[in-house]
Amino acid sequence: MSEYKDPFIIAGKELKSRLIVGTGKYRTFEEMEKALEISGADLVTVSVRRVDLNAKNKESLLHYIDLKKYQLLPNTAGCYTAEEAIRYARLGREAGMSDLIKLEVIGSEKTLFPDNEATLEAAKVLVKEGFTVLPYTSDDPIMAKKLEDAGCAVVMPLAAPIGSGLGIRNPYNIKIILETVKVPVIVDAGVGTASDASIAMELGCDGILMNTGIAGAEDAVMMADAMKMAVRAGRLAYLAGRIPKKLYATASSPITGMLH
Amino acid sequence: MTLTINGEKKSFEKTSLNIRNLLELLDLPLDHIAVELNRSIIPKSQFAETPLADEDVIEIVRFVGGGKSSPSGQLII
Repeated sequence: MSEYKDPFIIAGKELKSRLIVGTGKYRTFEEMEKALEISGADLVTVSVRRVDLNAKNKESLLHYIDLKKYQLLPNTAGCYTAEEAIRYARLGREAGMSDLIKLEVIGSEKTLFPDNEATLEAAKVLVKEGFTVLPYTSDDPIMAKKLEDAGCAVVMPLAAPIGSGLGIRNPYNIKIILETVKVPVIVDAGVGTASDASIAMELGCDGILMNTGIAGAEDAVMMADAMKMAVRAGRLAYLAGRIPKKLYATASSPITGMLH
Repeated sequence: MTLTINGEKKSFEKTSLNIRNLLELLDLPLDHIAVELNRSIIPKSQFAETPLADEDVIEIVRFVGGGKSSPSGQLII
């Protein structure tokens, strides 16, 4: 957003891009590397897992992520209890040397909806330990407020279930969340295509975190480019202030000066 | 000594080992990993000063590609 003054700040740090991307589900590391590059993202989320002691191929994800260009956002994906998420967050901080954590506590394997109660519990502990907490939550304004009050740096409501590609299912709740909290609102999960991203940004969301929408596309690199433009288009449309919707036509040419 | 590393029992001939030695034996890099010894995280600066004992339980983690939870993403710890 070079030509418009519109800084995106999370916990005092300015980011260049309002698109935050995941690093999972790519077919190859090379594909991921290209998609990250073209997405323009400067914050990328990574998961914490055991080192495979028996792996013959020692190639690591971080060979493909230039840490001079990208900031890592470790996540607690796959955790089902607050205790587990806290443990992963601490390990992520140690491995990544950063206090940023994308907090995710899942409540159900089938829906991957968050366990909001456990998320809040974990958020309180992690904030106290000095983490900058970015929590994944349902699109519930009350929950968003509780997470903000607990000291989270942002709130990240889902647009639709993780990986569903359904787009924003409840724009009204997202609107209410935007009115309810002062911290940035980042849509996390459910964005399927460019228009979904634009719609989220047109609502006034501060950013979008996306993984499957890009990595799962037939051409992930091209979709990363599309998402970058969609996020930017949506943001600019929001800032520009759209015209009101009206039932009837309004002429855009003068009605005076017509020939008789 | 016998250690449980990432859920696997492994025996070592040496009777004295610290975390740094262990990572070298396993041919693992020191960067961007985290090590838990009996559920406590050991900071990198203390790897060389942290001795291991028979039957210690060690977890060594690193970053992998991921954005969101996936049903197939197995829980590891």
